[in-house]
Amino acid sequence: MGISVSDSAAQRARTFLENRGAGIGLRLGVKTTGCSGLAYVLEFVDEMNEDDQVFEDKGIKVIIDGKSLVYLDGTHLDFTKEGLNEGFQFTNPNANGECGCGESFNV
Amino acid sequence: MALLQIAEPGQSAVPHQRKLAVGIDLGTTNSLVATVRSGATTTLPDDIGQHILPSVVHYTSQGAVVGEEAKKQASQDPANTISSVKRFLGRSTTDIKAKYPNLPYQFTESDSPVMQVVSGEVNPVQVSAEILKVLKLRAESTLGDELKGAVVTVPAYFDDSQRQGTKDAATLAGLNVLRLLNEPTAAAIAYGLDSGQEGIIAVYDLGGGTFDISILRLSKGVFEVLSTGGDSALGGDDFDAVLVDYIRQQTQLTGDLSKNLHRTLLDLAKEAKETLSHESVANLSFEDDNKQSHKVLITINHFEKLIAPLVKNTLRACRRALKDAELSKQDILEVVMVGGSTRVPYVCQQVGEFFETSPLTSIDPDKVVAIGAAIQADILAGNKPDSDMLLLDVLPLSLGIETMGGLSEKVIPRNTTIPIAKAQEFTTFKDGQTAMMVHVVQGERELVQDCRSLAKFTLRGIPPMAAGAAHIRVTFQVDADGLLNVSAMEKSTGVQAQIQVKPSYGLEDHQIADMLKASMQNAEQDMQARMLKEQQVEAARVHETLQAALNADAAALLSADEKQAIETGLTELQELAKGSDKEAIKAGIEKVDKLSQVFAERRMDQSIRKAFSGQSVEQI
Repeated sequence: MGISVSDSAAQRARTFLENRGAGIGLRLGVKTTGCSGLAYVLEFVDEMNEDDQVFEDKGIKVIIDGKSLVYLDGTHLDFTKEGLNEGFQFTNPNANGECGCGESFNV
Repeated sequence: MALLQIAEPGQSAVPHQRKLAVGIDLGTTNSLVATVRSGATTTLPDDIGQHILPSVVHYTSQGAVVGEEAKKQASQDPANTISSVKRFLGRSTTDIKAKYPNLPYQFTESDSPVMQVVSGEVNPVQVSAEILKVLKLRAESTLGDELKGAVVTVPAYFDDSQRQGTKDAATLAGLNVLRLLNEPTAAAIAYGLDSGQEGIIAVYDLGGGTFDISILRLSKGVFEVLSTGGDSALGGDDFDAVLVDYIRQQTQLTGDLSKNLHRTLLDLAKEAKETLSHESVANLSFEDDNKQSHKVLITINHFEKLIAPLVKNTLRACRRALKDAELSKQDILEVVMVGGSTRVPYVCQQVGEFFETSPLTSIDPDKVVAIGAAIQADILAGNKPDSDMLLLDVLPLSLGIETMGGLSEKVIPRNTTIPIAKAQEFTTFKDGQTAMMVHVVQGERELVQDCRSLAKFTLRGIPPMAAGAAHIRVTFQVDADGLLNVSAMEKSTGVQAQIQVKPSYGLEDHQIADMLKASMQNAEQDMQARMLKEQQVEAARVHETLQAALNADAAALLSADEKQAIETGLTELQELAKGSDKEAIKAGIEKVDKLSQVFAERRMDQSIRKAFSGQSVEQI
């Protein structure tokens, strides 16, 4: 299993990292909050923690802490456009339900 | 499934609480909106990919149309198509009519400008709000949620009332204004100069119709505007105009042109200008009204010769701005280029030669101001870990209130960083005084008549007390946008009054410079005037209290001669106080003091007797 990244997500992530001028990769994670239990975290990574695991796909390092990995294993990260809006999208096989807005989920 | 952006480490927002903020460049000709997403700052396009929104509003009976569509109506329906409304913000109708006598708009008869359009009456704030609404809507549909706030840029020379107008427009458009930011400062931020070396920065802004030069000083994270200058009627449009003249000259098209042909030539001129930005020759061909075809060849050398006088004018303004800031070219650390017309390589080269440094041009000059504003908005909304910088501005002139004798008492000195709140205590001048007028003034001079009057209000309901017994706390509060709020409170009762300053007319930047200069040149004279006024106020105070005492106790405590002597002394003092010899007034006060000494002693004795009478020693 692990984490996979689409071409467009990899390309965007690379651009954003270059723009920022610092950072080793992207952190994916979950935190317990939100209207439906768990919320996704997507951040730049400057420093790794001890329990972090690194997955590399299409040249992008995806960093996940051990606890979050349980909820995210098998997730596919994509970058899409919806009208004028654009951003990253998680396709997570572990998620059983999402709240209406999709910002949080449960397993 | 929501679309996510990459956050800074540890800054991921809780769902539905993303702190979306944008920067808005509300320009005279064009406006833009920008935001920071996944660490990258970009301007936001509309649904057909246009980033730039022309600042034009066309009113129809159905409502308002903004942007490119509105611009097309400008020639057909000029009275209902309002462009460059930014020039009217915070100005009075008289000011506007004097400055722009040929406007096609119907102003109603009132002091604040109201324009009659087909759908009713609109003021500049409402027109600006229409533009901002479109940008807000664009931002919200792009970011997929409501905005937490916006940073809106204003020219550095905008005064309080123009800034307030901008803020009102934003509020009317439903935007929460995090801060107003000076345009040159925004441009400097876009280039990251705020976190770089401290020093002097010049911002050269050559837009479509206006030219602005600003000299900023960055120290300890604060940008201070040292001087500004420019020409409100010089820009890229003038480049086009000289090219059109040249084309006409080459093709011998004399006399009046048809509207269509004029438009064709203008478009050709713009095209040639763009071509000549990266090639050395532009070939133009067109048909005139008689279907006769023409070919014109313009070389880059020729183009440069044509625009050279215009560019020279901008450099003259740069020289003046440097002089105003009392700096030389060597003091300039960086030059930032803003505005579409700085794309012309000749402009960059001339500016570079003038300042003897290569100007910063890597960010799109049309977007650089909006980008800087967005970076600032992102920080103010709280999306950065340790609030990297909280950009501060400074007050250009001291703020104070008028005290007795027409003196200006400074509450906040100039060059204080804002936001700031400062309080000072004042008291009453007369016995039983129940009201106090607070006159807010701006400027460096000692006398109120030489400062600029900003506002007046009256604090009423002060309980009657002896002169000098009341404690009135006057608080000056200047928010981050440079807007002033003054409140006065009598401490024993808590009665208070306040005012927000929206001056009815504005100060030009050179006026600020003039006011500063005047305060230096007149320092000695002002000091003398202050000391004279102080003596005059003291004389009036002595006269006031002594007269009150005489009225109360003279009959009982003084002989007719004694009373006569004091009264003569008082009359003399009154005469002296009308003159301008402060030493004489001082002597007069001392003389009256001596004359009334006996009287004062007897009054003291009398009041002690009154206090003690009827009481035994034990009781005391």
